Amino acid sequence: MFKIVNKRILNSQVKLMDIYAPHIAKKAEPGQFIILRINEKGERVPLTIADFDREKGTVTIIFQEVGKTTKELGSLNEGDTILDFAGPLGIPSKLDNVKKAAVIGGGLGTAIAYPQAKKLNFLGAEVHAIIGFRNKELIILEEEMKAVSNKLFVTTDDGSNGTKGFATDILKKLIEEGNEYNLVIAIGPLVMMKAISELTRPYNIKTIVSMNPIMIDGTGMCGGCRVTVGGEIKFACVDGPDFDGHKVDFDEAIRRQSMYKKHEAEVVKKHQCKLGGGSDA
Amino acid sequence: MPNMSPKKVPMPEQNPNERIKNFLEVALGYTEEMAVEEAQRCLQCKHRPCVSGCPVNVKIPDFIKLVAEGKFQEAYEKIKETNSLPAVCGRVCPQENQCEKVCVRGKKGESVGIGRLERFVADWYINNVDSKPDVPKKNDKRVAIIGSGPASLACAGDLAKMGYNITIFEAFHEPGGVLVYGIPEFRLPKSIVKKEIDSLKDMGVEIKTNMVIGKVFSIDELLAEGYDAVFIGSGAGLPKFLGIPGENLNGVYSANEFLTRVNLMKAYKFPEYDTPVYIGKNVAVVGGGNVAMDAARSAKRLGAENVYIIYRRSKEEMPARLEEVNHAKEEGIIFNFLENPTKIIGTDDGWIKGIECIKMELGEPDSTGRRRPVPKEGTEHIIDVDSVIIAIGQGPNSLISSSTKELKTKEWGGIATDENTGATSKKGVFAGGDIVTGAATVIMAMGAGKKAAEAIDNYLKNNN
Repeated sequence: MFKIVNKRILNSQVKLMDIYAPHIAKKAEPGQFIILRINEKGERVPLTIADFDREKGTVTIIFQEVGKTTKELGSLNEGDTILDFAGPLGIPSKLDNVKKAAVIGGGLGTAIAYPQAKKLNFLGAEVHAIIGFRNKELIILEEEMKAVSNKLFVTTDDGSNGTKGFATDILKKLIEEGNEYNLVIAIGPLVMMKAISELTRPYNIKTIVSMNPIMIDGTGMCGGCRVTVGGEIKFACVDGPDFDGHKVDFDEAIRRQSMYKKHEAEVVKKHQCKLGGGSDA
Repeated sequence: MPNMSPKKVPMPEQNPNERIKNFLEVALGYTEEMAVEEAQRCLQCKHRPCVSGCPVNVKIPDFIKLVAEGKFQEAYEKIKETNSLPAVCGRVCPQENQCEKVCVRGKKGESVGIGRLERFVADWYINNVDSKPDVPKKNDKRVAIIGSGPASLACAGDLAKMGYNITIFEAFHEPGGVLVYGIPEFRLPKSIVKKEIDSLKDMGVEIKTNMVIGKVFSIDELLAEGYDAVFIGSGAGLPKFLGIPGENLNGVYSANEFLTRVNLMKAYKFPEYDTPVYIGKNVAVVGGGNVAMDAARSAKRLGAENVYIIYRRSKEEMPARLEEVNHAKEEGIIFNFLENPTKIIGTDDGWIKGIECIKMELGEPDSTGRRRPVPKEGTEHIIDVDSVIIAIGQGPNSLISSSTKELKTKEWGGIATDENTGATSKKGVFAGGDIVTGAATVIMAMGAGKKAAEAIDNYLKNNN
């Protein structure tokens, strides 16, 4: 059993939790993830390690309430426990020898981009962070990102925070202004990562994306998370989740992510009935 | 006077038309009367070929004699002297290739139903005896065991009996390895696996789940932390794919993923359980081993109308147990022999609509002694399916070998060991089961675990 020692509500859909798991906290590196299962009947869900505190023995997860499991997780409180919590899984991001990087977080992807920006900043790289959200209400980790980057750009699709547009627009402008990045890290929805990769391809800027396919075990034994990279099958859980954005078959990944749409709708409906109505909490 | 009937006492089974609608166990097991009657068929022969046919050398005539006398508890204790998981072995061992293959009664008529009797005794004990085994007197040595499948459980059981302090590290949330994620409920009820594992816990074996060794701790760290020896029984869990076009279409599963969803995550009880599984109306399962049979029969139970086994050789070469092939046939599984998939065909939105196969014929024997299948050009044809499950074998996962210094591996990635002891190239580290041999059987893995336990005992006695 793994105790929730801290819970913070970041916006109406996104929550942060610190989980007490000292053995994982000791080993965790940016780019890695955990797999959790809330209870006996639960499913195994992968979540990126958003931060960790080796002294306190905690691992931070940030999640958006999109389905039954994340809604159920969101309803837990400090002091409650999660049944299973395994990690750190996946290969840590390779962030050494980077002079100047652009780190892009889209929506919840900002939570995954944050530890990368933090590490790059710690290693002495110049970090330009661009975080994009649908609207002002959904902005998360603005202060945290600011603290670990040299420049921070916050965009909203609808302009409700003042900067209207997409992260790609900002990155394009920065590149055109003459910023020479050794590395672009893009983390967010597949369509956004695809757009960033297409943008950087003609400039030949190394672009790393963090894939988030459906997973079961997270240890390389089922291949449910397979993605095509440079024409080869890779398992995101053991070969990734970071891959070269210029080599990933995004269209295939987008299609594979929709495999259980019907099942997900069914289980969410059942869960809401149990809660006594269509509450979004 | 022995029972001279040439046939085994039949074992009651669920009717095929009923059982394809549920995940309950197919074979129902002997009653006390049936067990005694079958036990009387054993001739108690002096040279005991059956014992040497068993990879863990269960004292077969001795336990069968006790069954014939109605002494079921004593029979259980006799089996447990050498076998930590009798309820499992009695169910899933390919006895026809092991103990029962060499049974004297098998020369004229059917061999003694050794597996059925072992199963009966273990089930009888679980249902009738409540006492816990004695906790052996502990010594001061600690052994870490990686993985909790059959090799590890056998190794842990034997070492615990010798007094060692055992900690098992399991990556999944539940111990048992292939016994819980691979073999379906209708062949091996999970409650039985749990009881067998509980009896190891009662002997003082500690099991730590959610521990992905190679990530959370390395083998070197375990040794540095004070474990005196390590046994690696992490299995061969890495699925192989065909490498044909269309393999990443929606609806294509590795058998490992499909079976893990169904067995471990109980997706057959969705939405009571949260994990979903997708199965279409027409399903192709590619492969001819036990994993393929398990996947096909599970698909049928999930409501598939037509389930095809596509196997590139002929029936004779199938590695699956004959009993399981027969069960599959009774359940209406369709066998397409001498056929190999060439591509999986998708709809515009990325779901499967068919599988293209080519007919094969058997050529010269290959390195394994089996005749090599050769494609017959121009025989491509399409089978309409909407799900495909790939069950063509598993390789070793490199999580442990790649994170451990001084650990020699074989060309195909398995861990290299001394055949007699299971000792690896790294001092104090032993290995056994599928991680050494490649995908094999439950009982072979248990045999390797037992051998390693003996070797670990020797090592720890002579090394300090």
